[in-house]
Amino acid sequence: MDFTLPQASSYAGSIDGLILLITVLAGAWLLLAEGFFFWLIWRFRARDGVRTQYLDGTEPHIKKWISRPHTLILILDVVVIVAAIRVWVNVKQTLPVADATIRVIGQQWGWVFQQPGADRQLDTADDIYTTDDLYVENQKTYHFQLQSRDVLHSFSVPVFRIKQDVVPGRTITGWFTPIAAGTYDIQCVEICGIGHGVMGGRIHVQDANEHAAWIAGNTPTVTQ
Amino acid sequence: MATTTVDAHAHDSHAHEGPKGILGYFWSTDHKVIAQLYLWTGMFMALIGGLMAYVFRMQLAFPGKPVPGFGVVSPVEYNALVTNHGTIMIFWVAMPVLIAAFGNFLIPLMIGADDMVFPRINRLSYQVFLLSAIVILASLVVEGGGFGGAWTAYPPLSANPAYNLTPLGATLWVVAVALEFVAFLLGGINFIVTLMNARAPGMKAYDIPMVCWMIVIASILFMLSVGPLIAGAVMLLFDQTLGTGFFNPAVGGDPILWQHLFWFFGHPEVYVVLLPAIGVTVDIVATFSRRKLFGYRLLLYTAVGIGVLSFFVWAHHQFIAGIDPRMANIFTVTTLLISIPVIEMFFVVFATMYGGSIRLTVPMLWALSFLAEFMIGGMTGIYLGSSGSDIYLHDTYFVLAHFHYTFFPIAIIGGFAAFTYWFPKMYGKMLDERLGKIHFWGTIISFNFIFIPLFILGGLGQHRRIYNFQNFPELAPYQPLRVVATTALVVMLLFQLVFFWNLIKSFRRGVPAPKNPWESNTLEWTADSPPPHGNWPPDQMPVVYRGPYEYGHPGRESDFWPQNVPPAREA
Repeated sequence: MDFTLPQASSYAGSIDGLILLITVLAGAWLLLAEGFFFWLIWRFRARDGVRTQYLDGTEPHIKKWISRPHTLILILDVVVIVAAIRVWVNVKQTLPVADATIRVIGQQWGWVFQQPGADRQLDTADDIYTTDDLYVENQKTYHFQLQSRDVLHSFSVPVFRIKQDVVPGRTITGWFTPIAAGTYDIQCVEICGIGHGVMGGRIHVQDANEHAAWIAGNTPTVTQ
Repeated sequence: MATTTVDAHAHDSHAHEGPKGILGYFWSTDHKVIAQLYLWTGMFMALIGGLMAYVFRMQLAFPGKPVPGFGVVSPVEYNALVTNHGTIMIFWVAMPVLIAAFGNFLIPLMIGADDMVFPRINRLSYQVFLLSAIVILASLVVEGGGFGGAWTAYPPLSANPAYNLTPLGATLWVVAVALEFVAFLLGGINFIVTLMNARAPGMKAYDIPMVCWMIVIASILFMLSVGPLIAGAVMLLFDQTLGTGFFNPAVGGDPILWQHLFWFFGHPEVYVVLLPAIGVTVDIVATFSRRKLFGYRLLLYTAVGIGVLSFFVWAHHQFIAGIDPRMANIFTVTTLLISIPVIEMFFVVFATMYGGSIRLTVPMLWALSFLAEFMIGGMTGIYLGSSGSDIYLHDTYFVLAHFHYTFFPIAIIGGFAAFTYWFPKMYGKMLDERLGKIHFWGTIISFNFIFIPLFILGGLGQHRRIYNFQNFPELAPYQPLRVVATTALVVMLLFQLVFFWNLIKSFRRGVPAPKNPWESNTLEWTADSPPPHGNWPPDQMPVVYRGPYEYGHPGRESDFWPQNVPPAREA
């Protein structure tokens, strides 16, 4: 078993970096707290003839043992908040200029992908429609427009680290830039009925030539 | 003085009402009988919820193979099982056991009252609860099968039978949840009024045992947060049955409205069940550390602080749901700030253990393991409360493992801690310590082996509520981790047999429990084990002289100092 997941989008590294940051900061706290906790159990185990201390926690020189670690927790919170918001703003709150726009339509229980044909314009007669397989070009920035025909779905590509719910009645726009060619899983991650467990798809990140050939080979012939 | 005794006249009128026969139990107004009804109903539902987990975990480990005792699991059944496992474990296990059962049993006994202030409302609360339990169980066997839209019941899936294909199951699910809320509103009113009005003479606000405070604060949180969800449930019911469109975008409704109503309740709900578990833990840790509780007021204020903050964090469940992305920033800040009062509580408990004399009895082991396991649950919550990493981890098994590391300690560990601690009082028999320790270690070790593999799977991008991961090429290779988790679950369920054996053994030939087996200070330990109807003889109602945590007081021979011992006797 391979316990690494490829970082196949431009922002996958930043999300992984945030996860690592939390692991280091909060993980250190967790280890410290658990270690201290088990030390307490061992150090203050019941022994004959040893009386317990009588402290009620109102004296300032004792209270500082609680208030000082607390300040450190607050600092940890602030660091994580700043890092989280930086990643969030980059991934979700800003839209870089797109090289192409595609539409992702969820329905019970499959994905329909609509993308521009040879004319590079969405919503024209030569649009390419595919089901459950999405073909994109490496190193190009895509906007995706999410729509649903029935219930909630959620569009997730784990190797891109992207996820966005699909809501009927709305068009939700997001973006990604693939950085590693290959074929990866798409999962629907919002329960959408009986077929939710089979509502997967595949995303094919292709090199420029390969993708151009795919577009040319799949653009429907339009009669003027 | 802010305290009064309970109205003695009102109580005399039903003083003859001891439970007579099986039906007498269901018609009793005695708070201890109602507590036991809640307790055993909750345990029965826990068994059902646990067996549901067994069935769907077997399907995940051995997809498509018949599950022993159930058969082949279809996708419809899988969805219904995961949905109702979650619903039952939260609404029919965590709440009845921690809040209703122990709230009912402990509040009157710990504050020195002879019963709840409103015994008949209390009985009605249980009866409505029992009805709700019957409705949720019935929803599983009606035509079309049980509701399968997850315990969050997001519309349009939950609102439209054409999408969920379980017209009866979905409607009964909503009705059952709404009835359960009614039951807990009735019970909660009773807890709050009883604590405020029926305390023993001399018991001031800061003399109340922490577990009573926590249950009452939880009841207040529940009352404040449940209103929007009850409104939402009625709207959902209308959408399902009358064809309204509150959540239907095609006729101007909004599916995300439900999510706001649900999580505005749903997040405070986490603290509604957390606080009683903390209360139980604090009382047990203070007793078995033989230490005065460190920072009583601090703990109380942090509980209130958590309560207030918990109303401002709900949208962290909806970061990627389609809300305005700018809102995520605000909710990231509020969510991470809630770590401050929660960690404060842990510091208080640690400080209470410091300098103590820790006795590792079975209840203490459960209470300590609550702390050790919940810390993992709390720490992993940081990944999910921080919006940037939630983009990736949302709805994965990481979330699932995270909240099981909070809810399992709360509901199961907290429940066992309270049960083993107060069992001698409840039934007048001691439990077997050796069997209790076997049960404890078997449960705790297997619990970690269930959910640590699920953390890893979640980190690898495995998402929730999918009945067969073999359909996903990236996820199929990790099957051994799923088998480990399932095996651990089966082991954990088998270890519960030890618990039931311990119960049977104790009921049949357990050592009779003395009044105060743990040498504790609070008032319930001054009543007989088990306490009679009315708890104390009417002329011997307790009077309180001090706080509940006077352990190891200098200048006293004995290391505990019960709340009701008059100071004069010590001179």
